[in-house]
Amino acid sequence: MKYIPTIGIECHVQLKTKTKLFAAVGNDARNAEPNTLISHICLGMPGALPYLNEAAIKLACKAGFALQVTPQKFSKFDRKHYFYPDLPKGYQISQLAYPIILGGKVDIDVAGQKKSVGVTRAHLEEDAGKTSHPSGKDYSLVDLNRAGTPLLEIVSEPEINSAQEAKAYAQKLYLLMKYADVSDVDLYHGNMRFDVNVSLSSNSGKLGTRSETKNLNSFKAVERAVEYEIKRQSELLDKGQFVVQETRGWDEAKQKTIPQRGKEEAHDYRYFPDPDIPPIILDDEFLAKAKADFDKKNFYTMRGKLASVGHLSPSDLDTVFNNPETVDFALEIIEQNPKPGVAEKVLDWLINVIPGIISDYSELRENKIGSLIALGAAYEEAKLTSTKAKEGVRKLFEEDSFDAEKFIEQNQTLSDEGEIEKIVKEVIASNSQAARDVAKGELKAVGFLVGQVMKASKGKADPRTVQMLIKKQLKV
Amino acid sequence: MTKKSETGSTKSETKSKSEIRNWAPINEIANDVRAGKITALSNVEKSIGLIEKHSEFDAIISVLDEPAKKRAKQIDARVNNGEKAGRLAGVPFIAKDNFLVFGGETTAASNILKGFEAPYQATVINKLEAEGAICIAKANLDAFAHGSSTENSDFFVTKNPIDKTRVPGGSSGGSAAATALSLAPFSLGTDTGGSIRQPASFCNVVGFKPTYGLVSRSGVVAMASSLDVIGPITKSTEDAALIMDVIAGKDKLDMTMIDRDILAYTKFNNNLTGVKIGVEKEYMDEKVDKEVKQIISVAIEKLKNAGALVAEVSLPSSKLGLPAYYIISLAELSSNLSRYDGQRFGYSYPDAKNLDESYMLSRDIGFGDEAKRRIMIGTYVLSSGYYDAYYKKAQIVRTKIINESREAFSKFDFLIGPTTPTAAFKIGEKSQDPLQMYLSDLLTVSANLDGGPAISIPAGFAGSLPVGLHIMAPQGEDRKLLGIANGFEELSK
Repeated sequence: MKYIPTIGIECHVQLKTKTKLFAAVGNDARNAEPNTLISHICLGMPGALPYLNEAAIKLACKAGFALQVTPQKFSKFDRKHYFYPDLPKGYQISQLAYPIILGGKVDIDVAGQKKSVGVTRAHLEEDAGKTSHPSGKDYSLVDLNRAGTPLLEIVSEPEINSAQEAKAYAQKLYLLMKYADVSDVDLYHGNMRFDVNVSLSSNSGKLGTRSETKNLNSFKAVERAVEYEIKRQSELLDKGQFVVQETRGWDEAKQKTIPQRGKEEAHDYRYFPDPDIPPIILDDEFLAKAKADFDKKNFYTMRGKLASVGHLSPSDLDTVFNNPETVDFALEIIEQNPKPGVAEKVLDWLINVIPGIISDYSELRENKIGSLIALGAAYEEAKLTSTKAKEGVRKLFEEDSFDAEKFIEQNQTLSDEGEIEKIVKEVIASNSQAARDVAKGELKAVGFLVGQVMKASKGKADPRTVQMLIKKQLKV
Repeated sequence: MTKKSETGSTKSETKSKSEIRNWAPINEIANDVRAGKITALSNVEKSIGLIEKHSEFDAIISVLDEPAKKRAKQIDARVNNGEKAGRLAGVPFIAKDNFLVFGGETTAASNILKGFEAPYQATVINKLEAEGAICIAKANLDAFAHGSSTENSDFFVTKNPIDKTRVPGGSSGGSAAATALSLAPFSLGTDTGGSIRQPASFCNVVGFKPTYGLVSRSGVVAMASSLDVIGPITKSTEDAALIMDVIAGKDKLDMTMIDRDILAYTKFNNNLTGVKIGVEKEYMDEKVDKEVKQIISVAIEKLKNAGALVAEVSLPSSKLGLPAYYIISLAELSSNLSRYDGQRFGYSYPDAKNLDESYMLSRDIGFGDEAKRRIMIGTYVLSSGYYDAYYKKAQIVRTKIINESREAFSKFDFLIGPTTPTAAFKIGEKSQDPLQMYLSDLLTVSANLDGGPAISIPAGFAGSLPVGLHIMAPQGEDRKLLGIANGFEELSK
């Protein structure tokens, strides 16, 4: 490539505290009616003061450890001023001069190429509310449920050099935050949002002018937006034109970045230390406790746990563990800790069977994991034959009303010898030629008879028992 | 809720001392209510009567007669049933109208908050109510506590109870006048640069500014967060100590709080013998009116005669206190006033064509001149390019002042001087000159900058006008300060 792309990523991670950053009000707005998770503090009422939620500090510390750095013992909150209807106080409480995390790194792997991307800083701040503009109406709507939600903004060094690396960085951040239990990382609900800064330069010692594409909420969008910006900026530079430093948005439908509407104003946010919040001073004891919590649950320990549950090869482990879409599955497996044989079977389906049924793993998200484990356990306990179990897996994704327990009950393997013997006798009686062949020593015909018995039993008979009984009946 | 009328200017009358003192000490009132000798309801009715009688002074913005009567009846029922009625059982009080109180409007004397009804209540009010006190009315102030005379109230000017042609001081002018007029046994004020002590001095009452962080700021309309404190305005130091005992203490709604004195504030020591007092040289120089200095000198002599060890002390940085104060406080208040944007509560310009116009016209019409002046200066000193020259430098000065006062307090138990450079000035005398008005805070701001407690207590009269003695103590020594103030008060009896 003629130009060297330089990419930096800012990521807002919503921390999974029970309550907001500065108010004792519920924090999970995903299924809440507008403006139901608010108090005088979220509304910025006269006389309302912030009161820092210690749980957010703990989670930020765990995030710091996930980024391989010890959090700062001294940090401070500042006020960032601007007027907007979803910002009730007229300022956002953020951290400018003394963020809780300074430094850190994220290790990524793109097609076997390992790389360590530096983290500049990560700071705590409160989220704003949500503004929506109903079309054709002369008003806008504001929902303050999200106002005051704790965010950790993680800022990378400009050390990413391709769209694939950008995607890998975003995915790795996701995994680090998810496995450390710092965030719900629900991308659909904006729990994690990415801003990508892209610039091109033909001179490796010098950075070009950058564009910033804001509010990307999928890994694919991160990858595509970077790809698009590299292409767009290359074309401009090829024509001898300049790249304008600007904020852009991502048009998902058109798969392109577009300049954000409205003129770019040079904002003066008038940052100054928030006089309502004393500096945060973390002592060794607090940090040691946060570290101990982190050590119990993080990317590496969880990977070790999954490996021990399932006896997987490293590459199979990567397939399940490093894929954001199967993370919940991996965690559920770890959580439920099924017998090794069950886990292996289920993981085998996940890697080899399920991709043939569904186009991507996103359908796994809902409550399908429990059903899969139930099917795996039924197979392991010989309640289902391999065929029946696989049929169950397929139906699980094809039928909305699939009920694993019911399926297992209805398709339970016939292991009662008397029952099977009855079917075997019937099959022998109606397939006398084949029976004679077997008796003559043509053992190939046993397979045919087994097949007939299985068919007659609707696949429920245990094939090993069937074979044994046929041989016994025909005395071979 | 009834809104005060601005009429009712009857014959000018100067309050005689007996007329002013028409409430017993707060402790006695509560005792009598608990003992069933008087009822909470009769106290409330008496207070309402006095508010009506003295309406010409315009101390009050609104009266909470219905909710107050209802609460009084509840307290009387508790007494009748032999239940606990509280340390302030049936004691009416008046809150500056920047305290959020249920049952009426909270306006901060500003047009932008006119009609605003608090959806939650100030922690201080909750604490007082829990001990049986009853908020009977809301007092006038300079809008958003911006001022030293109540002339910046968006509604009306309060008159000084001692001389109706003069200001009561500010910004807690309505509260100080209310206590001076005995409209209720005590009132609450807020003090960012002297707003409790200066009006107390002008109105001849006791104004106490506690250590920063001792009393919760939650539910009090903020002026400048790092300087704002809440305190009582009373007739005596004993009353002040009792109120402090009820309102001090940590609160889960204010992060800037400190632990309170484990001992009761009422159990102060008023012995003056051997107490080391520094007289601040800079506070007794040519900036201070001669007559005021004369009264303070007499007060100093009294303290000496009572056994106090008095010496002069110099705090050279104190002259930088006022400019530093006006940079820090204006920076903070410009930020704190951002929330008054016409979108969620308070005044909203009804015919705005778009969002920008709604912001601009709501704030333009809703804020008075002084608030606008302060927002502009505060915004300026925080702007990029000016932050280092103003805000940062002012913070450095603040640290210097804190260090100097620590140094002084290593040699002295208390620092004293006059509360204000002059006695109460005429209405209109300074209102056209903001800088002159800002100078009335000259002697009080350093206690806000260093965070320590300070008190103004009546020291005598310059002609017919009262003069307050200002006493400062190190942070956390609130009880000791109330003790020496009480000792001085005893000398004056």
